[in-house]
Amino acid sequence: MKTTLSRRQFLITGAALSGGLLVGCGKPSAADRLGDHSLLPVEGGEVALNGWVKIAPDGKVTVAVPRSEMGQGVLTALPMLLVEELDARWEDVQVEQAPVARIYANATMMLNVVPFTTDDDSVLARMARASVQRLGYALSLQITGGSASVRDAWEPMRLAGATARAMLVEAAARRWSVAPDQCQVEAGQVINMKTGAKLGFGELAKEAAELTPPQDVPFKAPSQYKLIGKPMARRDIPAKVNGSAVFGIDVKLDGMVYAAIAQPPVFGAKVASVDDKAALQRKGVLKVLRIPQGVVVVANNWWRAKQALAEVKIVYEPSPNDQLSSADIAKKYKDELAASKGFSYGDKGDADLAFKQAGKVVEASYWAPFLAHAAMEPINCVAQVKDGHVTVWCSTQSPSLAKWKAGQVAGVDSDKVTLHVPFLGGGFGRRLEVDMVEQAVAIAKQLDGRPVKLLWTREEDMQHDVYRPAALSEFRAALDAQGRVTAWSNRVAAQSVSYDSVRRLMPSIASNTPDKNQIEGAFDIPYEFDNVTVRQIRPETHVPVGSWRSVGHSYNAFFTESFVDELAYAAGQDPYAFRRGLLQKHPRHLAVLELVATKAGWGTPLPPGRARGIALHESFGSWCAEVAEVSIEQGQLKVHRVVCAIDCGVVVNPDTVEAQMQSAIVYGLSAALFGEITIAHGRVEQTSFPSYDAVRLAQMPVIETHIVPSTAAPGGVGEPGTPPIAPAVTNAIYALTKQRIRSLPIRL
Amino acid sequence: MHTFKLNGQPVSVDVEDDMPLLWVLRDELGHTGTKFGCGIAACGACTVHIDGVATRSCVMPVSAVAGKAVQTIESKDDAILARLQAAWVAYQVPQCGYCQSGMLMAATALLRANPAPTDADIDAAMTNICRCGTYQRVRAAIHAAAQSKSVSAAPSVPSTAEKQA
Repeated sequence: MKTTLSRRQFLITGAALSGGLLVGCGKPSAADRLGDHSLLPVEGGEVALNGWVKIAPDGKVTVAVPRSEMGQGVLTALPMLLVEELDARWEDVQVEQAPVARIYANATMMLNVVPFTTDDDSVLARMARASVQRLGYALSLQITGGSASVRDAWEPMRLAGATARAMLVEAAARRWSVAPDQCQVEAGQVINMKTGAKLGFGELAKEAAELTPPQDVPFKAPSQYKLIGKPMARRDIPAKVNGSAVFGIDVKLDGMVYAAIAQPPVFGAKVASVDDKAALQRKGVLKVLRIPQGVVVVANNWWRAKQALAEVKIVYEPSPNDQLSSADIAKKYKDELAASKGFSYGDKGDADLAFKQAGKVVEASYWAPFLAHAAMEPINCVAQVKDGHVTVWCSTQSPSLAKWKAGQVAGVDSDKVTLHVPFLGGGFGRRLEVDMVEQAVAIAKQLDGRPVKLLWTREEDMQHDVYRPAALSEFRAALDAQGRVTAWSNRVAAQSVSYDSVRRLMPSIASNTPDKNQIEGAFDIPYEFDNVTVRQIRPETHVPVGSWRSVGHSYNAFFTESFVDELAYAAGQDPYAFRRGLLQKHPRHLAVLELVATKAGWGTPLPPGRARGIALHESFGSWCAEVAEVSIEQGQLKVHRVVCAIDCGVVVNPDTVEAQMQSAIVYGLSAALFGEITIAHGRVEQTSFPSYDAVRLAQMPVIETHIVPSTAAPGGVGEPGTPPIAPAVTNAIYALTKQRIRSLPIRL
Repeated sequence: MHTFKLNGQPVSVDVEDDMPLLWVLRDELGHTGTKFGCGIAACGACTVHIDGVATRSCVMPVSAVAGKAVQTIESKDDAILARLQAAWVAYQVPQCGYCQSGMLMAATALLRANPAPTDADIDAAMTNICRCGTYQRVRAAIHAAAQSKSVSAAPSVPSTAEKQA
C-alpha cells in the first residue's frame, strides 16, 4: 500500500532519520563489519583472518556465531554462509560463540521498527531503513530476534568467508610465485592449477593473516553454491538427544549455590515486610535476601531454596493495582478506542467519503488476549561477582544488553563483565529481556564471590512474564452495489511493546509514542482497496508486555485475515478468489497464496464434516500462506492438516525452514486453541501448563510445508509461520459452521 | 540415606525424604540431562524410568525410589533408547532441545511396551509438551525407530518428501 505521507509520519520519520544521522549515514556495509583478528581469542597456533573466522594449523576452521541457538538452527545456518564462500570442508568446521562487539550487532532487526510497507521503495523509506540499521549498529545491539539472524548475517558472513578465501589464495600464490588466478580452492585446500600442488588452509593461514584484507571480493553466483540451499544436519542436535547439551539451567560451577525468588504477585507492588525466621531454620538454607525485584532464598540445592521460600512470610504494601481485573483492562481498551481517533502512519484515498457513498457497510470487532511465552526452560541465570569482575552464564537472546545490565547492577564497566551464552531452552522473545541477569547479579553481589544459580519456578515464569499484549481491533468496510470493497477502516487498541521494552531498560528516554510493532500487519495490508485508514491507540496497563513470537503480527494477522474473510462472504465470493482479486500488484503475496491453494486442494471435495480456511500474511521479510482443514466432533475442534507455503527469499537450510514452519504453526495453534492470560486482583491467574496449556501430540495436525524457490535476499523464518495459523483455523470454522470466531482463544 | 541404582550404578544420597528425584539427580548427583519444566508432572520434561516405567521425577520423592533402578537420558546401554536417539538425529527432531530428554524417555518406555505403536498409541503415550512444536518429527522418528531394529549411526537427513511420506 503506497500512501501519501502524513505530517505526523513525516515527523516520526524525521526523528528516526536524525537519530541515524547522529551516528552516521547509510546502512552499515558488510565491509564495515568484517572486523579484525583482534576480536577473536586464539589458541594452539590458530589465526583469525577477520572477526568471523579462525584457522588452526591442522586446517580446522572455527566460525564465530554472534546469535543464540534456541532451536532455530543459527549454529548451522550462519556457518554455512561463511563456509560456502570460504570453500572449507564442512567436516573441518566448528563454531564458537562470538564475543560482544559492534560488528556482530543485529542491524537488520531494526528494520522491524520502520513504518513503511516492504514494497515502498521511496527515498524516504530507503533512508529510514538505512538510518535505523545504522542506529542499531551504533548501539551494538547484539540480539537474536526479529527473525533476522540469517537476514543480517547474509552479507557480512559471506564476505568474511570470501575475503578469508582470497587471503589464503594470495598467500599460496606468493609461495608458488604465480598469479592468484592460477589457483583454485577446493575443500579446504588451495590448488596450483599449473603444477597440481596443494596447500591446506592450515598451512597458509599464518601467512594469509599478515596480508591486508582485499576489498570488494565478489560473491559466488547461486549456481555455484555447495552448501546454501542444501538440507544440512544441525550441529546442535547430537548433544540434544543424550542429555549432554548444556542449557543455562545446567551450568555447574565449583562452590555454586542456588537461589529461588518470589516477586510481588501484583505487578508493581512493593514488599512491606519479610519474616524469614522459619525459612532460615531449614536444612541447607544459607541466606534470605531482599533485592529490588523481590525476596530470595539462597540454599545449597534449588529445591531446598524453593521449599524455604514458601515459608518466608512476605507482606506486600497495598498497591493501586490490587483490584484490577481483565474486565477492567478490556473496558479501558474499549473506552480509549471510543475516545480517540488514533494515530495513522498515513491514510490512502478518502475513506470517509467512500463510507458516505457505500452501498453496504460491514462492521466487526475482534479481541486477542494477553499471552505468556512459556518456554520450556524456566527463566534462570548464573552469576558470580568476584574481585571486581562479573561473570554471567545466561541463556539470553540479548548478549549486549545482558552484559550492560550486569555491569550496571554490579557497578563495574562492561569490560569487567564476562558473558557466556549456553543453549536456550526456548526463547520466543522472552529471553530478549534481561530481568534474570539483573536479579542474579544483585544476588551474587551479596554472596562474597560465590557463584549462584537463580532459577524461577514455572509459576514465577508464567506470572512474571512480559506478555503479548491484549489487543482490540475495530473494523468497518464499505462495499458498493457490486460487492466491491471501496473502503477499509481499522483501528487497533493495544499496549505498545516498544514503549514497555524501552521503559524497562532506560525509563528516562521511554515514551508512549507511535509504535510500528503495535500496528504491524494492519497498517501494511496488501489488499488493493482504494481507500484505507488504519489507526493505532496505545492504552497503558499495569501488565508488562514484550515481544512474543511475531509481535504485533500475532494479533493483527488474526484480525485482518478474519475480516477479509468476512468481506469475501459479504461480497458473495470464495475467500481464496476474493483475496486473489485484490493482490494483482503484489506478486509475492499472490505466489504463496496460489501455491498454498494448489497444494491444499482448495475447492476440491473434503470428507463430510470437514472444511478449509485460508490466511495470508507477510512478516519479517517473508510471505506465508496457510490452509487449515478442521472438523468439529461432539463440540471438539480438531485441526487435521495445515498446508503452508512460504517465500523467504533464498533458502539457506531448507530442513530448518520446514522445521521452523512447523514450530511457528504449533506455537500459534497452541495460542489459538488454549492461550489466554487473565488478570484478577492485579495478578496473573494462570500458574502452569494445566491452566495455560499447549498443543500436544494428540492435537497435532499434519503440517505440509512448501517453499517458493527464490533468489531474492533472505527473509525471516522463525516467526512468519505464526501469524496466519489462527485465522486459517477460525476461517475454516466459519466455512464449516457459519460461526465467526472474533475472540481468541477459540471457544465454540 | 537413600540408595538406588542410577543407570546401573549404585548411588547413595543423604537428603530429605521428600526431595523430588529430579533435584537429587540435578543438584546432588550432577545429572542435568533430566530437565525441570513445571514441577507438577504436567509437562514431562523430567521423565525418567523407575524400574522401567516412565515416571515424572519432579513429583517423585527420593524415598520412593529406594532400592529401585532409575534410568535417565544419560544411560548408555539401552538398545531401544539408542535406536530412538539415532532416529531423533536422522529426523532432526530437536529444536531448542529442552524437552527432548523427557520425550526420548517417554518414547523408550512406549517402544519397550509396544514395539509397533500406531499413531493413536503414540498420541496416548506421548503427553510431553514441546513448545517448539517438534511433534510431527517426534512421531515420524518413533515410527522409524520402531521399524528399524538396527539404527546405529546417524543417517543423513531424510528429505522433506520422505518425512511426510
